[in-house]
Amino acid sequence: MSSWETNPVLTIEHLTMRFGGLVAIDDLSFNVGRGDITALIGPNGAGKTTVFNCVTGFYKPTEGRVVMHRTNGEHYLLERMADFQISAKAKVARTFQNIRLFGGMTLLENLMVAQHNPLMLASGYSLAGIFGLATFRKAERQAVEKARYWLEKTALIDRADAPAADLPYGDQRRLEIARAMCSGPELLCLDEPAAGLNPKESGELNTLLQYIRKEHGTSILLIEHDMSVVMEISDHVVVLDYGEKISDGTAAEVKDDPKVIAAYLGVPDEEVDAVEEEVGI
Amino acid sequence: MDYFLQQLINGVTLGSIYGLIAIGYTMVYGIIGMINFAHGDIFMVGAFIALIFIVAFGITAGLPVALLILALIGVLVISMALTAAWGWTVERIAYRPLRGSFRLAPLITAIGASITLQNFVQISQGARNKPLQPLISGGFTLSDGGPDGSGFIVQLSYSQILIIVVTVVLMVGFTFLINKTSLGRAQRACEQDRKMASLVGVNVDRTISLTFVMGAGLASVAGLMFLLYYGVIDFYIGFLAGVKAFTAAVLGGIGSLPGAMLGGLLIGLIETFWSGYFSVEYKDVAAFSILAIVLIFMPEGLLGKPEVEKV
Amino acid sequence: MSAKSENLFMVSLKDAAAGGAVALALFGVLIGMKAEVASGLGGQLGIEYRWAAVAIAVAIVFGGRLLLNLFVWKTDKPVTATAKGFLPSAKPLAKLGKYAMPVFLILAVVLPFLLMSAYGSRGSRQYLDLAILVTTYVMLGWGLNIVVGLAGLLDLGYVAFYAVGAYSYALLAQYFGFSFWICLPLAGILAAFWGIILGFPVLRLRGDYLAIVTLAFGEIIRVVLLNWYDFTGGPDGISGIPRPSFFGIEFERGPGGFADTFGLEYNSIHRIIFLYYLILIMALVTNFVTMRLRKLPVGRAWEALREDEIACRSLGINTTHTKLTAFALGAMFGGFAGSFFATRQGFISPESFTFIESAVILAIVVLGGLGSQIGVVIAAVVMIGGFEFFRGLEEYRMLVFGLLMVVIMVWKPRGLISTRMPSITLSGKKAKGISADLVQEGHG
Repeated sequence: MSSWETNPVLTIEHLTMRFGGLVAIDDLSFNVGRGDITALIGPNGAGKTTVFNCVTGFYKPTEGRVVMHRTNGEHYLLERMADFQISAKAKVARTFQNIRLFGGMTLLENLMVAQHNPLMLASGYSLAGIFGLATFRKAERQAVEKARYWLEKTALIDRADAPAADLPYGDQRRLEIARAMCSGPELLCLDEPAAGLNPKESGELNTLLQYIRKEHGTSILLIEHDMSVVMEISDHVVVLDYGEKISDGTAAEVKDDPKVIAAYLGVPDEEVDAVEEEVGI
Repeated sequence: MDYFLQQLINGVTLGSIYGLIAIGYTMVYGIIGMINFAHGDIFMVGAFIALIFIVAFGITAGLPVALLILALIGVLVISMALTAAWGWTVERIAYRPLRGSFRLAPLITAIGASITLQNFVQISQGARNKPLQPLISGGFTLSDGGPDGSGFIVQLSYSQILIIVVTVVLMVGFTFLINKTSLGRAQRACEQDRKMASLVGVNVDRTISLTFVMGAGLASVAGLMFLLYYGVIDFYIGFLAGVKAFTAAVLGGIGSLPGAMLGGLLIGLIETFWSGYFSVEYKDVAAFSILAIVLIFMPEGLLGKPEVEKV
Repeated sequence: MSAKSENLFMVSLKDAAAGGAVALALFGVLIGMKAEVASGLGGQLGIEYRWAAVAIAVAIVFGGRLLLNLFVWKTDKPVTATAKGFLPSAKPLAKLGKYAMPVFLILAVVLPFLLMSAYGSRGSRQYLDLAILVTTYVMLGWGLNIVVGLAGLLDLGYVAFYAVGAYSYALLAQYFGFSFWICLPLAGILAAFWGIILGFPVLRLRGDYLAIVTLAFGEIIRVVLLNWYDFTGGPDGISGIPRPSFFGIEFERGPGGFADTFGLEYNSIHRIIFLYYLILIMALVTNFVTMRLRKLPVGRAWEALREDEIACRSLGINTTHTKLTAFALGAMFGGFAGSFFATRQGFISPESFTFIESAVILAIVVLGGLGSQIGVVIAAVVMIGGFEFFRGLEEYRMLVFGLLMVVIMVWKPRGLISTRMPSITLSGKKAKGISADLVQEGHG
């Protein structure tokens, strides 16, 4: 029995998403193991980002269930929650394929915004904050420390007071991860974190992700095209094609799955049939 | 029932005028995504130019019908041309320098242009109402109120027929222009993707200018219709008519020409029926409430395309 | 004369001629022919021809364009390039922003005394009235800046809350006899309440749609005020609104009045000075609260919302609540300013709350530079002060006002002061301002 079956952090059951007549995801079920790095892969247009949007509440799935199991034993049905509550209560954070930073704000400010909810509470919904009460000042100091920690971990501390839009591309990707981590997630969903990175940056990203998983116990679900990243760091790989799951297992298992090879290399249909016959489906 | 019929006729007439103005809003919004706040005032300028020429040419109801029609067509052509020049100038001075800049800037210049036009006309033409003797009188009596004369008299006046006919003709011509000519194609291309359009050889600045020119031309037609129908104008008519026409454009689905016309008709009908059955004072509240309700529950309008939020 | 400059002259001449032709088309009818009700024609319209005025207008356009072409637009070395050496460049202007605040503040505090010593109590009254007006617009600008500048929500109906504040005070005073100091908070609360009621359904709209719906709400409130005769007095408005007292001490002649209590000689200017300090304090409170909130989580959430709403939602920020707080707070300050307006005028009618007021307040915020508090002050002084300064121009000043809005916006689309200062820094005071090119303007 693999860890994602015995101790999942996220279970997706019979998820279906239709846009008018188009079926983007069709009856998809898989688990994300607690503490695992899970990769969601598949050719372009397979529905990966749609899965993310369903998990993080930006789309309401047509059918199916998405359940978040938090470490404190609470369960959340994500398909019923508003997007902001998924981050605030269910502790699922995400990044975006086409980076969404607060470009006109500094790096530090970006990370402070990510700690909005606890700070809001500490500021007594702004009332205590206006008069600068000590409890709020303390909470703010802690928030700055947390931000400083993540800026150091992502090697961005030197530019803490620069506007986010000024950062080079690779740094923006890391800042987005740092910002997501500042919201204190138990599940971190990364949409193509390595896209557009050079091999060195890509290697640093792997180190960062493994550090997050190891030191903070945060489970990671990521969409990725770069197979070297996937094979190197993933404990569990789920393969989608045309909205359906075609393979699910460890990196090594998936790599040798003929259906995955067929989906990626785009073999003619007859050959797929031949391969399928060979493996017996 | 007769009362209803009369309101229907009045509503369609008013709606035609709103629809003609609304086309200008919808085209400009479609192509550069801004509310041309000064468009209502362009309509007002059109009405003034038409009035000046009607008076200058000495056009009165006393002329023979054929001559009267010919003279009005002459006034229409001149005032379309001159109003179009105003539309072109406003775009050239207030909007083109800000193209591709920050979104609020053209909105502010549009408000500035609107204030400028209103006050320019107020100064140059005087603040007082301009009453015009009716040029086209008479009409068909559809219902004379029954044998005992106790019912409601329903009339379809010649000026109403004129307004509706001109609007239909212009709509047909305009739809043809947008759908079948190269100008229309260029316009639709700019609407989709301005950068790409310029890469494949569309002169974007010229296309946008022409959009303003066409919108202003139609607004001047609406101005003449307004003048003939109500017989009195002042420098302030542009604001309210403009807001209502914009409401019409949004109601019909902004960016859609048939939508603008449909929206215009609906706003005209709603306003007329509200005045006819409830209260005249609150007719503007009715129109504005419709605007708010439509935008809140159906932001894409009746014939518009829904906007999908991209994550 | 070399061939090149001759060429330049010809090109410029041609261009100016084209400009003149357009001007002729534009002005020929509207200036040249005035449709006026002639006295001899029994109420019929006649045309008054004024070709000389057209000739002047066309000559101005032709000449102006020719000169601009020759010396600014088309030459290799325009005079403006030379003139730039004399004009302050943008950088010191940004620095100016830093020091301008204390300078303005000191000036604002001592202004009545300066005026009194310069013009005497009788002569300074009109200047004090102007200062009160400008400060009212500064306060309104600051209030709207929360909504438009920080949260990026385009509100074209801000005057509605100004009206709610003014009418709340007038009606509460009329029906219940409440004093200014009780009505002021109530008016603010009522305005905020209306802000929430109007804001709730419309805040999911984006950009221009939000603008047009807020405009519609502003007009609805005005039409209701105009037509609800029994309650609001309709177009006649409400008069006899009580004047504010100095915490209970009235500004009147005789024993118990302000002058008597403080052992001064009675002078009607006391009340004007009091009103000035009252609005100054109200405006400064607005500024203080805004600047404080900007450094608090809610303020940062507003700015984040302006930058990217979807990212905000992914970080657990309730965007509806966040927008509503901005909207309600802006409305509240508008309401405060409204009740001040009512008590200063003693009379209010729907005419004071037309769309043009909203447009002026928004113009102050945008011209000043979105989100910039000091920019609002400068823009209010320039626009409102300038507007009153040209009172002698009578009807022309609204025309100039409209033209100025266009010209300033084309010249500086981002407003006069457009640098954003970070709300918090790691390195302390050293942090630099953020260029306006990077700051988003919001979509909602």
